[in-house]
Amino acid sequence: MQLEQQLRNKLKDKDILLMTHIVLGYPSLDVNREVIKQMVENGVDCIEMQIPFSEPMADGPIILKANQDSLLTGTKVADCFTFAAEITRQYDIPFLFMTYYNIIFKYGEENFFQRAKECGIKGFIIPDLPPEMGKSFLELADKYQIAPILIFTPTSTDERMKKLSTYGNGFVYCVARRGVTGKKSEFDQNFDGYLARCRAATKLPLAVGFGIQSKEDIEALKGKADMAVIGSRTIKLVEAEGAEAVGPFIAALR
Amino acid sequence: MDQNGFFGNWGGAYIPEVLYQTFEELKEEYSRCRKDPAFWQEYLTLMSTYSCRPTPLTYADNLTRHFGGAKIYIKREDLNHTGAHKANNVMGQGLLVKRMGKKRVIAETGAGQHGMATATMAAKFGLDCTIYMGEEDVLRQRPNVFWMEKMGATVVTVKDGSRTLKDAINEAFRDWVTNVDDTHYVFGTACGPAPFPEMVAWFQSIIGIEAAEQIMEYHGKMPARVYACVGGGSNAMGIFKRFLDEPDVELIGVEAGGHGADSGAHAIRLSSPDATPGVAQGYKTMFLQDDDGQMKHTHSVAAGLDYVGVSPILSDLWDKKQVRFESATDTEVMQALELTMKQEGIIPALESSHAFVGAFKEAGKLAKDEAIIINQSGRGDKDIFTIAHAFEDPSWKKFIIDRGIEYSNS
Repeated sequence: MQLEQQLRNKLKDKDILLMTHIVLGYPSLDVNREVIKQMVENGVDCIEMQIPFSEPMADGPIILKANQDSLLTGTKVADCFTFAAEITRQYDIPFLFMTYYNIIFKYGEENFFQRAKECGIKGFIIPDLPPEMGKSFLELADKYQIAPILIFTPTSTDERMKKLSTYGNGFVYCVARRGVTGKKSEFDQNFDGYLARCRAATKLPLAVGFGIQSKEDIEALKGKADMAVIGSRTIKLVEAEGAEAVGPFIAALR
Repeated sequence: MDQNGFFGNWGGAYIPEVLYQTFEELKEEYSRCRKDPAFWQEYLTLMSTYSCRPTPLTYADNLTRHFGGAKIYIKREDLNHTGAHKANNVMGQGLLVKRMGKKRVIAETGAGQHGMATATMAAKFGLDCTIYMGEEDVLRQRPNVFWMEKMGATVVTVKDGSRTLKDAINEAFRDWVTNVDDTHYVFGTACGPAPFPEMVAWFQSIIGIEAAEQIMEYHGKMPARVYACVGGGSNAMGIFKRFLDEPDVELIGVEAGGHGADSGAHAIRLSSPDATPGVAQGYKTMFLQDDDGQMKHTHSVAAGLDYVGVSPILSDLWDKKQVRFESATDTEVMQALELTMKQEGIIPALESSHAFVGAFKEAGKLAKDEAIIINQSGRGDKDIFTIAHAFEDPSWKKFIIDRGIEYSNS
């Protein structure tokens, strides 16, 4: 409830919220720090921080490489927690963890929830954990009041969406298209129909991600979704122009 | 398998949501096929006319004499079309693809045998085909890449991660989530999300069904032991399944010992303490991973065994002590291969040679009136570059150098 309420409060002042994504430890935690600062100062409403995993099955080439490079520089799960604790103390927006289930499983589910709670994390996005596989995960999410963010996709039936909605909390992450992260999505009529189906299936706020890269993309989502997610785009930007390019980029999206 | 796809503690279906609907359809079609006797009949007919089923069970009399113990029989999966047991699974899934009306297949491959089999099936059934293969494996299994491309498949070299089988699997999944509507992922081994482990084991079970009949005919009773190499575990499950309920048959899975169990450079998941429970590539099993859950690099001379995980069905059988697991080092494998070629005129694949090592270590200790079966999952011709390299064969080296000069001058 906590995360959803935070987002709803923000929605009173803005017609669409902005969520961004970083891969922890890529290119370094120091750069992450600077990027987050620029994001928050320029009006980002929520940030998902990805704990790197060696097998990021749902990620496209840009985030895949970021995961691998982060691990090569020696990023550990423990470092990610320490960093999260520091960042959540510093900024007043909700921070989420995005990662793959093995990271949580290996840490021990309850230990992971406990530690994430201590670090001020508000939600988890775990793309390879469907609710059928996450019984204990969902119970712990409830116990620790960390929102499990579930995912709708264009292949999800209405029935499936309704079912997912009953397990989810915080908001629903609507994947804009089939495929992995990083490629451009087409926001056509089919897409509007899909978003309408998402809206009908849940009372939770809708975030739309995958391939959102520009102000036009975000404009197109206004009135149809509650939050736009920028993922691979800022990673590419930092690679090409450095962390200081993030602020102006985010500012120009509004 | 329970309704969530688990075998005891292992298995499940940890899949991205975008694949949910496809998996529902796949499970439904698979379950229809399992209940339909006509489907299995169609499968048997296809395998006896397009491949070489039933494959022979060869009595290895020279090897038997050499070790002086149990009679050694070799189940000849190398004589399948495309040279390995992989065809059993692929042709079965091909029939399934036809029923589901999909137009395109993708597959991962390590040794290249599964990719070869899939490219063959796609050519025969008129399907588009893309094969994902780690860069390291492309280099060591070049002949298979050549044949796959000749049969019309697109071979994509995967340069991420450890550039081996697991990375090819990740990349195939990325393709699948993108092209899910018209594409079926022909998973190559008894791993991955449910229903793949059970389905692949089902198609492969033809190996053990035949072997049991053949050994009864030749030997008059069940074998004392059955040996199979274990990478993902499909050939092992294939031959083991029929014997699981035979109380007097001991089943032995031989994993890739690489440079040795203590070297860190191996792919031993079940017969060493190095692996721990984990969830990756869509399923839960014993993985070679670090304390954070990051997958480790593995090593084996045999590309097809060079893998971080293992069939959840085998993890369950390991838990229940129904299968014993051993390992064979790269060096032992080369010795067993050489011995088998010299004694029997048979060339097992480097993968299969692991099973031979396991059997050779134990055959001499068994009574002469007992029999053992080794599953020769594939033929070694594909490994000619690796084997010739390992033997440091001078005339082969000269041939390659001469051919290189010829090409660079042309």
